[in-house]
Amino acid sequence: MENASKKFKKDIIISGVGGQGIVSIASVIGFATLEAKLFFKQSEVHGMSQRGGDVQSHFRISNKPIYSDLIPMGAADIIISVEPLEALRYVNYLQKDGWVIANKNPFNNISNYPDLEKVWNAIEELPNSLIIDADEEARKLGSSKSANMILLGVASHLLGIEYQMLENAIRTLFGRKGEKIVDINIQCLNRGKELFVK
Amino acid sequence: MRKLPLMGDEAIAQAAIDAGISAIYAYPGTPSTEITEYVQKSKQAKEQKIVAHWSANEKTAVETAIGVSYAGKRTMACMKHVGLNVAADPFMNSAITGANGGMIIVSADDPSMHSSQNEQDSRFYGKFAMIPVLEPHDQQEAYDMVHYGFDISEKYGTPVLMRITTRLAHSRAGVTLQEPKQPNELKMPGDLRQFVLLPALARNRYSLLLGKQEYFKKESAESGFNKLIDAHDKSLGVIVSGIAYNYLMENFQDKNFPHPILRITQYPISEKMIQDFVNSVDEVMVIEEGSPIIEEQLRGFMGFGKNVKGRLDGTLPRQGELNPNILAEAFGFDYEHTNKTYDFLATRPPQLCPGCPHIDSYTALNEAMQEYSKGRVMSDIGCYTLGALPPFNSINSCVDMGASITMAKGAADAGLVPAVSVIGDSTFIHSGITGLIDCIAHNSPVTILIVDNEVVAMTGGQKSLSMGRLESIILGCGLNPLHLQIIDPRKKYHKENVEIFKKELAYMGTSVIIARRECIVALDAIKKYKTENEIIEETK
Ligand SMILES: Cc1ncc(C[n+]2csc(CCOP(=O)(O)OP(=O)(O)O)c2C)c(N)n1
Ligand code: SF4
Repeated sequence: MENASKKFKKDIIISGVGGQGIVSIASVIGFATLEAKLFFKQSEVHGMSQRGGDVQSHFRISNKPIYSDLIPMGAADIIISVEPLEALRYVNYLQKDGWVIANKNPFNNISNYPDLEKVWNAIEELPNSLIIDADEEARKLGSSKSANMILLGVASHLLGIEYQMLENAIRTLFGRKGEKIVDINIQCLNRGKELFVK
Repeated sequence: MRKLPLMGDEAIAQAAIDAGISAIYAYPGTPSTEITEYVQKSKQAKEQKIVAHWSANEKTAVETAIGVSYAGKRTMACMKHVGLNVAADPFMNSAITGANGGMIIVSADDPSMHSSQNEQDSRFYGKFAMIPVLEPHDQQEAYDMVHYGFDISEKYGTPVLMRITTRLAHSRAGVTLQEPKQPNELKMPGDLRQFVLLPALARNRYSLLLGKQEYFKKESAESGFNKLIDAHDKSLGVIVSGIAYNYLMENFQDKNFPHPILRITQYPISEKMIQDFVNSVDEVMVIEEGSPIIEEQLRGFMGFGKNVKGRLDGTLPRQGELNPNILAEAFGFDYEHTNKTYDFLATRPPQLCPGCPHIDSYTALNEAMQEYSKGRVMSDIGCYTLGALPPFNSINSCVDMGASITMAKGAADAGLVPAVSVIGDSTFIHSGITGLIDCIAHNSPVTILIVDNEVVAMTGGQKSLSMGRLESIILGCGLNPLHLQIIDPRKKYHKENVEIFKKELAYMGTSVIIARRECIVALDAIKKYKTENEIIEETK
């Protein structure tokens, strides 16, 4: 990994709507971080069972012990958002040259959902951002439910964790659900990886 | 040594298992629920035959734990902060009886009220009961402090309160485990009257408790959890408690903190420790997650001649959860962020799931209520509280668990007839039954709608103790069977359901309508619980 004396850190915000697989993204990064023997802190939002509210997870990785469970504003390196509007909610957490990787497809369960073009434009205006049609990419591979892994694949270039460790993490996380689920998720991760452009 | 990625809640649970508990009791409540869930799912706990039960409410949970402690074994009771209000009676009195087997009560506070009615600080309860309080600042300390907590609980024969907050409860980090300990053998209290709080005996027990205070303070001064981190610039000294330490240090990652710090995670604090610290610096800042408890004690009525900064003088906000940015501002640091605001950023509040049975209950109730003036529906806490929001706008109160039935009775007594109560099945078991008995005893004109989704849905689908027993409980309380109705809340029965509501609303006495249909998110869990119940039935 990195030189031990040099500080390495990645602060990642994962956002979306309840039921969109935010926790799975966090868990995959979590297992990979363990394999990489890095320090981590991951703050989840729990407690509401109802689907449809906004959810976020703060994921912090470092080669030095981490203090705060929450990422400070202006410190995040990456926002991975399974929903476009939800990406914008956390923009102030992003550092100047931070990245936003956002799904193109809205989760439209509110009557005042803004004009989608406006949302996309706002994301595109950010210095480093990618809008990905993750639903469509996942559907092509046979599982629209795995849009979250497409986005993680895109973000894999930015995490500072070896790609193979993410694949291993998917095996650990989804292993119990069978080989087929593991394969689809890994294919989605792979596909996402190809979609990254600087 | 094993290292696991654990949330604060899970670290506490794993520590309790490793410290050799025999039983854990809880009523669910965010952010404490995952402690008991973890023990229920743990293979190690199963092998150690640890009892891990949901209780009817927090009071019964703490009382059951006192029973385990009486029998000499280690035990834990867990709840969210407002649950400690419900359990306050056994909690306060357990300080007087003291413990036999080690006993820890965990109360999880929710500053900023992410999912609560208030942000009360459980440390007040520890002070109130005069027992040791542990306030771990991270997941590892939470794990270690549970071991330590059981040790001092048995050493001093006292219950111990552990206070955590949402952020620690629900944040995950690597935790190094200790070797598991064997559970205690059954061992009666040395004095079989220790738990008999007759006034004459209670007075003795109370002086014992008062006598223990000096030991508790000595313990907190010497355990190593409270510690002085010295530094050269004595123009300011910072007293920082619990998780707030992390937010402070986050701002000094790459530079040394210039001022001395007194880190507090154990109470009661030794006065000498505070005095020595305060005497060594010119000014003091107190940083606490929750209420300014240490800060108020420092200020006192008269002050002590030194300036105290904190939540009371505006250095820090008086309410709400702390975070690294709030502390950066308190120290005058700049932090850059994009500072973007989007005027179109619509909020996305939680909503009832599409297909939720509560939706059909509210649509029927709303139609039946059209005949009456607005503002008559008292409600309670659970998923169904979302009925307060559009498009339903069905309910007019949510105060504390069980209050819907009793508030409706009060409103009816005051002349608001009919008055309605809407309450969930688990909330009814938690503390609705006693209110129903009040209504029945006076045949008060109250219509009670129990929205029975057969599970504790709000907190993630735990087992509801009402399952399969609701009708017999209600009739056992003495309700006239003619005014117990069971409906199936579905679109296709809407008309009939509205008629049943209308009929019971017109009745000038107490009636109960059970609207029964499963929570659609928890179908699998409900199936599992039903099978469990059948097995228990067979043993009866
Ligand atoms: C004293 C207290 N304990 C626990 C809670 C947390 N809590 C709020 S609602 C609820 C469960 C409600 O279950 P139920 O009444 O069955 O309604 P549902 O969510 O299933 O609709 C819990 C555990 C609380 N707010 N107050
Ligand atoms: S979790 Fe269950 S009870 Fe709660 S809103 Fe969803 S369907 Fe309704």
